[in-house]
Amino acid sequence: MSDIKFSEETLALANKIIARYPEGKQKSALIPLLHLAQAEFDGWLSPAAMDYVASLLKIQNIEAYEVASFYSMFNLSPVGKCMIEVCRTSSCWVRGANEVIAHLENKLGIKEGETTADGMFTLKAVECLGSCGTAPMMMIGAQFHENLTHEKLDAIIDTCKQEGKRKTYLDSVVVDNY
Amino acid sequence: MGRKILLAHDHVPGIQSYEVYRKHGGYNSVEKAIKTMTPEAVVEEVKKSGLRGRGGAGFPTGMKWSFLAKPEGVPRYLVCNADESEPGTFKDRYLMSRIPHTLVEGMITSSYALGVNAAYIYIRGEYFYIVSILEKAIEEAYANGWLGKNILGSGYHLDLYVHVGAGAYICGEETALLESLEGKRGNPRIKPPFPAIAGLYGCPTVVNNVETLAAVSFIVNEGGDEYAKIGIGKSAGTKLISASGHINKPGVYEIEMGISVEDFINSEEYCGGMLNGKKLKAVVAGGSSVPILPADKILHLANGEKRLMSYESLADGGFGGGTMLGSGGFIVMDEDTSIVENLFTFARFYHHESCGQCSPCREGTAWMEKILHKMIDGHATLSDIDLLWEIQAKIEGNTICPLGDAAAWPVASAIRHFRSEFEEYVNNPKSVKKVIRMAL
Ligand SMILES: Cc1cc2nc3c(=O)[nH]c(=O)nc-3n(C[C@H](O)[C@H](O)[C@H](O)COP(=O)(O)O)c2cc1C
Ligand code: SF4
Ligand code: FES
Repeated sequence: MSDIKFSEETLALANKIIARYPEGKQKSALIPLLHLAQAEFDGWLSPAAMDYVASLLKIQNIEAYEVASFYSMFNLSPVGKCMIEVCRTSSCWVRGANEVIAHLENKLGIKEGETTADGMFTLKAVECLGSCGTAPMMMIGAQFHENLTHEKLDAIIDTCKQEGKRKTYLDSVVVDNY
Repeated sequence: MGRKILLAHDHVPGIQSYEVYRKHGGYNSVEKAIKTMTPEAVVEEVKKSGLRGRGGAGFPTGMKWSFLAKPEGVPRYLVCNADESEPGTFKDRYLMSRIPHTLVEGMITSSYALGVNAAYIYIRGEYFYIVSILEKAIEEAYANGWLGKNILGSGYHLDLYVHVGAGAYICGEETALLESLEGKRGNPRIKPPFPAIAGLYGCPTVVNNVETLAAVSFIVNEGGDEYAKIGIGKSAGTKLISASGHINKPGVYEIEMGISVEDFINSEEYCGGMLNGKKLKAVVAGGSSVPILPADKILHLANGEKRLMSYESLADGGFGGGTMLGSGGFIVMDEDTSIVENLFTFARFYHHESCGQCSPCREGTAWMEKILHKMIDGHATLSDIDLLWEIQAKIEGNTICPLGDAAAWPVASAIRHFRSEFEEYVNNPKSVKKVIRMAL
């Protein structure tokens, strides 16, 4: 057994989200709540975290597992503090996505799909992120990094290292060119 | 300059905020609809406008709305499809992040027309930063009396919520989206019943794209006839095009339908011509799933006339020589681009995104990716090209949802128009393989 549970603040937000759906349809809040859990519990969904979310929604644990395993933004095993998701689909590919991945592999000393030994970075190639006009691009947490160059990549990695913080999809980010 | 409806004010400083948006005529359509029109009259204007769904299929919006079942005592829902995951498409992102109130306004007016009291915006998880932008806009709309109880003293009430997904292209398909919104895996439902009869929680539901709903405000303000005058023939109005690839000015452009493809690529107002002065090789005109066309075919119809940016002109020539407007994801490729390797990125995408319910799609997309991978690695044989053709033909039309077709069409069209390139990968793999440098 684990004593995993949301902070008071997160629990209040979770309850606010649950109230958006009609009486008896609280299962609708499952994906939003799994996002909250992933952000709050170290960037991934452990069985204990999923069980906790299921208990909040009064659904079976299996219902949380089958949803968590379907969607690619949910991590079912631990990841680095900064998960770098590089888009590799057509529009990014024609503008050099493979080179972005190669540059990062080189700089971080890991292969795509791996996590650095210090647990700081995970490098993941993903499909189109809706940023094709500013290709090549990648996201870290909720932040889009666009029109990438070698120099930009180095600067982004260095900043992440200096900050040393976990980045999550729920971070509020500065909207740059949009 | 073409006429602008959705992006008329996108460069006004502060347009994200309620005050500035309102100063530029924002929320007038809600006022006009609720104070002076019956819901039926709003639907009538949308029918007259000729507006067609901007999510990809181009189905007439007014007609879709009139199919909505209205049984007594059963709630109805409006769901905005902001899943936007079709590779090459990023227009909804621009619209929502730049002018969030446009979507909120369009959804209020549309909800009133449909007799809906609860509406949801289903947005892809990767757009998390836009969630906060939308939520702020919604909060402002509540604070100013456009949402909530007794809107404008009319007795009409509406609640609007944002619902975030978690990374699954298939959740853009409307029935998968509804499953996902109910907290389940995004497995498309078998149709019928259509969402208009049994959608969210089994209740009558309309699902519309962001751009579609945003266009409703203009139609209510200016009238359906006025909207129908813009554009060309059955392609009424303006369309947001997401332009990417080897062009000088990638970005989101609002075009009046009917301009020529050539002007769209070359004019300074839009794409600004080919990057580095290279020659145009091919275009994917409507997002990853539409047939790819070589330069001569995308620029001209079979009779030599210029091809236009419209539903009809892009489809001219059928599957043999035409393509589709789709979601308006316009990907431009220059003379150095490998059609085979680009296709591999699509095949990998569809394999990754197949929900796995139907065997032709689940197995077929896996095989197409595998064969193309083998081809790029230089281990394919000529018979693999025929095998690829056969697999795509067996997927098309044999699945629950159109993702199967969407995976098949890029393969079919690439082989149809660029077969010799596939043969090169078999005969001469070393010489065709190129490293693509970062463009900047
Ligand atoms: C695989 C697949 C993905 C789709 N993705 C989207 C999407 O991201 N956004 C969208 O608006 N429609 C998408 N659609 C179309 C929707 O099913 C639906 O037709 C559309 O949301 C209806 O809105 P409209 O009539 O305003 O176009 C997709 C369809 C399929 C088959
Ligand atoms: S066609 Fe593919 S994505 Fe659509 S329901 Fe079948 S397996 Fe799922
Ligand atoms: S192809 Fe990379 S963001 Fe769309």
